[in-house]
Amino acid sequence: MEENLLSVRNLTTSFKIDGEYYPAVDDVSLDIKPNEVVALVGESGSGKSATAFSLMKLHRAARIEGEVLFNGKDLMKIKENKMNTIRGGELSMIFQDPMTALNPLMKIKYQIMETLKIHKTKRKEDREEYAIELLRRVGIPRAERVGESFPHELSGGMRQRVVIAIAIANRPKLLIADEPTTALDVTIQAQILDLIRELQDDLNSGVLLITHDLGVVAEMADRVAVMYAGQIVEIAPARELFKDPKHPYTRSLLNSLPSDDVQGSKLHVIEGVVPPLNKMERDSCRFAPRIPWIDDDEHEHNPQLREISPNHYVRCTCYKNFYLKSDRETSIEVEAAQMEEIDEVTE
Amino acid sequence: MSNLLEIKDLKVYYPIRGGFFNTVKDYVKAVDGVSLTIPDGTTYGLVGESGSGKTTTGKAVIGLNHITEGEILFKGKAISGSGKSVENSKEIQMIFQDPYSSLNVRKRVFDIVSEPIRNYHKRTKDELIAEVLGLLQKVGLPPGSLYKYPHEFSGGQRQRIGVARAIALNPELIIADEPVSALDVSVQAQVLNFMQDIQEEMNLTMLFIAHDLGVVRHMCQHIGIMYQGRLVEEGTTEEIFNNPQHLYTKRLIAAIPDTDVDKIEENLEVRQTIKEEYEEHFHEYLDEEGKALPLVNISPTHKVALPAKG
Repeated sequence: MEENLLSVRNLTTSFKIDGEYYPAVDDVSLDIKPNEVVALVGESGSGKSATAFSLMKLHRAARIEGEVLFNGKDLMKIKENKMNTIRGGELSMIFQDPMTALNPLMKIKYQIMETLKIHKTKRKEDREEYAIELLRRVGIPRAERVGESFPHELSGGMRQRVVIAIAIANRPKLLIADEPTTALDVTIQAQILDLIRELQDDLNSGVLLITHDLGVVAEMADRVAVMYAGQIVEIAPARELFKDPKHPYTRSLLNSLPSDDVQGSKLHVIEGVVPPLNKMERDSCRFAPRIPWIDDDEHEHNPQLREISPNHYVRCTCYKNFYLKSDRETSIEVEAAQMEEIDEVTE
Repeated sequence: MSNLLEIKDLKVYYPIRGGFFNTVKDYVKAVDGVSLTIPDGTTYGLVGESGSGKTTTGKAVIGLNHITEGEILFKGKAISGSGKSVENSKEIQMIFQDPYSSLNVRKRVFDIVSEPIRNYHKRTKDELIAEVLGLLQKVGLPPGSLYKYPHEFSGGQRQRIGVARAIALNPELIIADEPVSALDVSVQAQVLNFMQDIQEEMNLTMLFIAHDLGVVRHMCQHIGIMYQGRLVEEGTTEEIFNNPQHLYTKRLIAAIPDTDVDKIEENLEVRQTIKEEYEEHFHEYLDEEGKALPLVNISPTHKVALPAKG
């Protein structure tokens, strides 16, 4: 078996609200192998970005517990100055918003050269040339001219490419992509995803892809972890997750997408909202309040992730007898219609 | 069925000024000859990438943009230029893209929703409260929201406040500019469902501006695809999705990521072929200025900007 590139064990990241710490990432364990794309999916507030920021040690005021083994080193134990040599080097991140991730006062090429300098990847005289080459690599036409521009002169898609160029400048072993295409048009999204796939093949890197777009996940990921309220509720190989989703949350999410054949019909809606950090029931199934038609006995106390088939883990027992409310309603309607028919016949 | 809205050859140009006397050097042709009609009670989806002019078109209809050329007919009467009456401003309303910045943070929900009513009608405070409560109920917000501020609501709820404001004056036409693109999928489903309910209940006509083709397919009966300020293809939803003719439309449709894991390989191949075709042949679909060619009917409802054969 191949060695894990990243192995996260019991990661818990807590934020302080009114003097008390509440975990936003709650006991998350996750492995990524070289050349593997793992997707982290969930609604806003589910803790996906908080997880990524914890891995990069970018939280300032949070309390982080657990173990993050990256390339044999425990990132949680090493000092900040050592972390600086890893962050942006072996471990790098594509940020969500290309409008704010770049320095507005610095020419594009200097922003790329900066990271080359810090990580001593290239000698001074080679840096500029390499920066332009990177821009070309991420598919930017007229790279020399773009290198001379400031971020505001570029379109959203171009800026995101620059952010990617910076992220891959030092040939990272693990790339964390936090909603890399959310702000972009579909055609540009397709290009950026191609690019990430290509780079990953080239460099044999692992990718942690954070997104809420399930279409992107289906196309990119080898494995998918679904997060809800700070916990991973289901983790499975991508194919299996889309073919045979188990956890009620995963099934609800997949059903709320507008699909081809049901034009004009009602979409599935997940009732309620993600509970706020400080008002969350922590030792029962966290998704229970949003599926109130499921009997309390179906949930387990203090739900655990269990392997239900090879490499497919699900939290809580409530998935066993779960049904979507809309399915139930239609089946009741069908039953009622059948009953009427029977009545008519007997009359 | 009559057409509630008719746009005829709409052009919106922005001048580029420069030089010593700050004279007009050139124009940015944001919208360059768009014509479309929306029948009563239907939803028309206007799709395109950022910068294609879809929002500018929507804003021109509601009068937030000046119009360089062309005509906008609402219920058969011109509303562009000096033809616009006070009635028209009530009958056409807009829902904005970003529920975080389109609500005044210093006003309460009551003030936000009642503002359009106060602008046009004389009402006592009690009547206003009753009316706003009715609207809140319609959009599914609890009566307790009346005196809350926007920051106390989630994104989906804020979008509902925006909708309540838009329907306060019983409009006939709603222009929805990317109403769900800032929302999570689960919340998106809620908002889309409830927009359909409201539409049915109030017999609204909608101009739905979006870049997400999946959402547009779900909501709209007719779709227009915009590229660089012009329509390149227009037709019913089935025609656009099952029989796309323009290379740009094909490319947009191929770029949608699909959750069907069995089709991924196939989709990627299709996308690659279309991309190659696009790079090779797309210039044939454009005129010297890099704009789309004139639309040609290929069926009574389906129009495409195809190059002349030969």
